[in-house]
Amino acid sequence: MAEHCVKVYSRFNRLWHWSQVVSIMLLFFTGARLLGLHQLGPFGLAVMVHTVVALALLLLWAFATFWLFTTGGWKQFVPRLSGMWQVSRFYAYGVFKGEKHPYQKSFERRHNPLQAASYFVLKSALFPAIWISGIAYLTYGFWDHLDGGSFFLQIIANFHVLAAFAIASFVVIHVYLLTIGGFRHHVRPMVTGYEQVDLTPEAEAYFRQTGRVID
Amino acid sequence: MRQTALRITAIVSAVILGQLPAYAQQATPGEETPAIGAQSRPAGSMAAHMSDPVSDITADHSKFLKLKGPFASGSQVTEACLSCHTEAGNQVMHSVHWKWEYQNEKTGQLLGKAHEMNAFCGNVASNEVRCTSCHTGYGWTDIREAMPDDPTKVDCLVCHDKSGQYTKQDNLAGEVPLEPVAAGAKTITGEPAWPVDLAEAAQSVGPPPGRDNCGNCHFYGGGGDNVKHGDLSSVLFDPPLDVDVHMSPDGGNFTCETCHVSDKHVFEGSRYETDVVDPHPDRMAGAGHDAAACQSCHSDTPHTGPNALIAAKLNDHTDTLACQTCHIPSFARGGVATKTKWDWSTAGKLKDGKPYSEENYVQSDGKHLHTYLTIKGNFEYGENVVPVYAWSNGEMTYTLPEEKIDPSKVVEINKIGGTPGAADSRIFPFKRLDGSQAYDKQRDVLLYNHVYGPGDGTALWQYYDWKKSLQAGMDYVGLEYSGDFGFVDTYMYWPITHMVAPKEDAVNCESCHAQDGRMANLAGIYVPGAGINMGGKIGLAVFLMAILGAFGHGLLRVIGRSKGKGDHHG
Repeated sequence: MAEHCVKVYSRFNRLWHWSQVVSIMLLFFTGARLLGLHQLGPFGLAVMVHTVVALALLLLWAFATFWLFTTGGWKQFVPRLSGMWQVSRFYAYGVFKGEKHPYQKSFERRHNPLQAASYFVLKSALFPAIWISGIAYLTYGFWDHLDGGSFFLQIIANFHVLAAFAIASFVVIHVYLLTIGGFRHHVRPMVTGYEQVDLTPEAEAYFRQTGRVID
Repeated sequence: MRQTALRITAIVSAVILGQLPAYAQQATPGEETPAIGAQSRPAGSMAAHMSDPVSDITADHSKFLKLKGPFASGSQVTEACLSCHTEAGNQVMHSVHWKWEYQNEKTGQLLGKAHEMNAFCGNVASNEVRCTSCHTGYGWTDIREAMPDDPTKVDCLVCHDKSGQYTKQDNLAGEVPLEPVAAGAKTITGEPAWPVDLAEAAQSVGPPPGRDNCGNCHFYGGGGDNVKHGDLSSVLFDPPLDVDVHMSPDGGNFTCETCHVSDKHVFEGSRYETDVVDPHPDRMAGAGHDAAACQSCHSDTPHTGPNALIAAKLNDHTDTLACQTCHIPSFARGGVATKTKWDWSTAGKLKDGKPYSEENYVQSDGKHLHTYLTIKGNFEYGENVVPVYAWSNGEMTYTLPEEKIDPSKVVEINKIGGTPGAADSRIFPFKRLDGSQAYDKQRDVLLYNHVYGPGDGTALWQYYDWKKSLQAGMDYVGLEYSGDFGFVDTYMYWPITHMVAPKEDAVNCESCHAQDGRMANLAGIYVPGAGINMGGKIGLAVFLMAILGAFGHGLLRVIGRSKGKGDHHG
């Protein structure tokens, strides 16, 4: 096994990530305007931007989900327990002592167990929560005639806002963790697509053949 | 069959035509000049000929000999009208305009000016000749009795006059000022009275009523221009587009009757039972309607712009908000203020033994309005007034005379019915008049005041003595009165539905979707932006903890790094 510079993030993968970044930031900003956290820009414009961006992001998610399942990329996000203790111990203790990160990235498993678990929660719980409540919120006009329509709207709105803050909290921790081990070091692969990864000789041979290894 | 019918028609026509000259002579003895336009023809032939321009009406009232007068009273004109329009008087006598009475079947209350009290002049009883000056009839001098079943007492001209010089004097129980006009007499719109030419008015008639016919009474309710309603002022005679898109000549150029459609002299629209939801949702927008509701023409999903998304969002609001709530951003627009407070408790004060007035409110046109009158107490006014909003199903329940009140609280003269979120209710705008009215401190009921009655020794407006006024008022209606009176604060609500602004001027999102916005304190709605909800508060706490956690973790790393060295995130 040796470290090689391998193309780990395909073009679609990167496009997916950065479009999510832009859309989620826009959604945070306009959502906060709608919630009343700030008064920047007209309310009506915020409604429009929030809705259009949310619909575009939903479309992107539909494509990404398709992509994940057809390429087998979904396996990256399957949670597992092995190594969880070591990684947790590292973040809770070892990192302050200057210990080395216990997890070695591999091509098949880019994420450490803690990372994988949090992405799994994000994708299987928080994202569905935000878009299901968002769609229910958006289509209020179709069910507002139901008994207690206004009450359900309040439940949905509260749920939507709570989910949004949970995602915002993920973003904070996600960005913070990039600073452990060098911010640029972590962000670069998502820009260029290439990262230092441990490869078995067989994998190295295969990737060389397909032109995905630089050195 | 057809031949028989023709023959009958011919015979009837011949009989009528043969009778006409005789009839005309009989009706107007001493009449020598033939009808207008008939000089060159056989006497009595008033019908237009092919040589005349084609008129868009079928009966030119200026040609009727019967309407040439002279008339000694409004009632005589009505008699002439009824000789052809035999059923019209009876139709009018079945209307609220005539009866001043409204039976609310849902609440069981008997309402109408004849029965209820309001927070303006209080009550009609004992003040009739002044109040009934705006009645659609002549001579209602005692409101304790219903108007007599006498069609000749119906005032046809007040609604159908087109001469513009017909009016009613403000203290003659609906009668018209005639030669010689009493010194100082005024019309119902507050102008110095002039002698009305009844014949000119009679010959000018033609339906439908114009906005001045309605406005001369309805724009001046409560004793002056826009005093009462707030959304009905003299501005609506010729409103600019930004005051009223429907009535402005630059907009729809509607008359009142365009929306307040009538059937058998009874008009749609009521502030006792208002149509806040479309009573005919099954009808296509723009289809023939008989309801004075916006949705009758505009439908429940009226928004189409500025883009499909915003339009859909705006349409989402129509299950909660009445159209008026957003589209009438404020009332008393266009330069005529409305009375927002009337405090009767201060009436009766004298300066050097004399009544006095203060004029401390300056209207936007520079006109000074009374802020105090010895005869009426203190007033406040407003222009461009933001309405108060309340859930309403259109049903108003009144605090009627003899109803127990709680003087420790503000008494609502009329209570707005409706349930938050219910299918029959919408959030609706209202003008609220803050009042202060006399009540019986022993019996806890509102009191009748006797304000108008020159020379009778008790009327407040002439003798400035509440004691005498209230005693006279209660004696007049024959109700018990302890003689111990006080003043209680009151609210009276008036639905705001006129003065619809151009769409650019509609209430914007931020007016409600903000802290302390217009919808603050209303139940049954979720208004994003009006305050951070529970989900938001919990979420915000989680979010802040995440930030604090990251900072704390980072700080510990910095401390750790200064002791040891390096770290690596996998």
